[in-house]
Amino acid sequence: MFDWLFMDEWFPKFDWRWDYTWEILPRLIEATGNTLIAAAAGYLIALVLGLVFALAQRSQSRVLTFVVREFVEFVRSTPLLLQIFFIFYVGPQFGITLSPWVSGMIAIGLHYSCYLSEVYRGGLDSVPKGQWEAAIALNMTTAQTYKRLIIPQAIPPAIPGLGNYLIGIFKDTPMLSVIGVAELIHTANAIGSETWRYLEAYTMVGVIFLALSLPAAGLIRAFEGFVRRRLGM
Amino acid sequence: MEDLSGFPLEIVGENSPMVSFKKVRKSYGSLVVLDDLDLDVAAGEMVSVIGPSGSGKTTVLRMLMTLEKINGGVIYVDGKPLTHMDKGGKLLLANDKHLRTRRSDIGMCFQHFNLFPHMTAIQNCMEGPVQVLGLSKAEARDRGEELLELVGMIDKKDQHPSRLSGGQQQRVAIARALAMRPKVMLFDEVTSALDPEVIGEVTNVIRKLVSEHNLTMLMVTHQMGFARDISDRVCFFYGGKIEEQGPPAELFGNPKRERTQQFLSAVKEAV
Repeated sequence: MFDWLFMDEWFPKFDWRWDYTWEILPRLIEATGNTLIAAAAGYLIALVLGLVFALAQRSQSRVLTFVVREFVEFVRSTPLLLQIFFIFYVGPQFGITLSPWVSGMIAIGLHYSCYLSEVYRGGLDSVPKGQWEAAIALNMTTAQTYKRLIIPQAIPPAIPGLGNYLIGIFKDTPMLSVIGVAELIHTANAIGSETWRYLEAYTMVGVIFLALSLPAAGLIRAFEGFVRRRLGM
Repeated sequence: MEDLSGFPLEIVGENSPMVSFKKVRKSYGSLVVLDDLDLDVAAGEMVSVIGPSGSGKTTVLRMLMTLEKINGGVIYVDGKPLTHMDKGGKLLLANDKHLRTRRSDIGMCFQHFNLFPHMTAIQNCMEGPVQVLGLSKAEARDRGEELLELVGMIDKKDQHPSRLSGGQQQRVAIARALAMRPKVMLFDEVTSALDPEVIGEVTNVIRKLVSEHNLTMLMVTHQMGFARDISDRVCFFYGGKIEEQGPPAELFGNPKRERTQQFLSAVKEAV
């Protein structure tokens, strides 16, 4: 009696074609490379800049601390998509014309550096005060103390948080498609508009994201254990 | 700003003290921790500081290590001001650069050791000499091994602190401080966090330092017997001041002040 519900007219395209799937797979795999490069490059920027922001917020200079803290709050409170648009489309009005890749990396790196700075901050705060006092007793400078003592001890407890944002940045790379970075979603869209078949392309994109995200959590845990052992902690 | 014109720019003379507190004041808000403290420690002298908690005894060491800012008075080390610097004949509060030059004469061991957990025992001892004194790694390693030998920790030199007992960690911490070749060593309740059965291994190291090395030492301790054994002088602190001081035999055997007597009998009962 519900036959009408499953009539072909309702689902005209609901047929999965394996031959077509194999045909588009090489293009998707190529785009996966771009997605991974975008995630890795953005993450590297965020790792470095995040630490800089975290250290700046602990500096003696109240002005620097204030400016960086407000900047971090601002970036965290506005959408990544807006930031991508701003850098790519508004930048040229101020004479800053950047390629989609460069704009995308700056936007995503900057955005995530603000999140990572909070993770670093937690790690830096977790180092006991006694370590600073021991460093003063050895007459070390502040820079030496950070480099040799505080940062190495702040990293292991920060790894789970840092790792979560690695997965986060990976899953946010599709936003770069809006400015034309040829990552997975962008490529899937292109495939879809060429053939009017979206099912296989989007499904495979989902499968690829899942296949890469799922093992990541385990790998991050293993990495944390490795770092802790290396540091004898 | 405080008028420091009455304080000398330098303490000279044959018998000038290694450490000199002159009218040193320290307070946290309205709580006065050190109240116009005068204390001289001669070169090579071992001075123990005892007293009830909150009497300011640990603050004395922390001020000398420049871990706390001074609120009044001047501290001199080896005749020259530590907490202040001489700017055209006037004493001004020391800046970071001045502190870094002057505190190189001072080493400190802490109640909770504060070893660097991500470094092995020998790396802990090499860190200061390499980073601060600019020694080569080979020189620093030689020096570190020599000192780990002295404290009896040479066979554990490649262990991380997490693998060492409290007594062993404290001995490494002593070696780490000595590796900087300080003139003055500060021991801040170094046995308080230790299990009773390992206290001896740390006190024996300090005994050895007293008998074999010409170090000036200031020690805050709750080990009355130990203080009595090895000190040249014992200072009893009460309310941010030295209530009574003297040679250990005198202070422990025949305390003059009532508060000293009360404190010592309270401590005796606790044992």
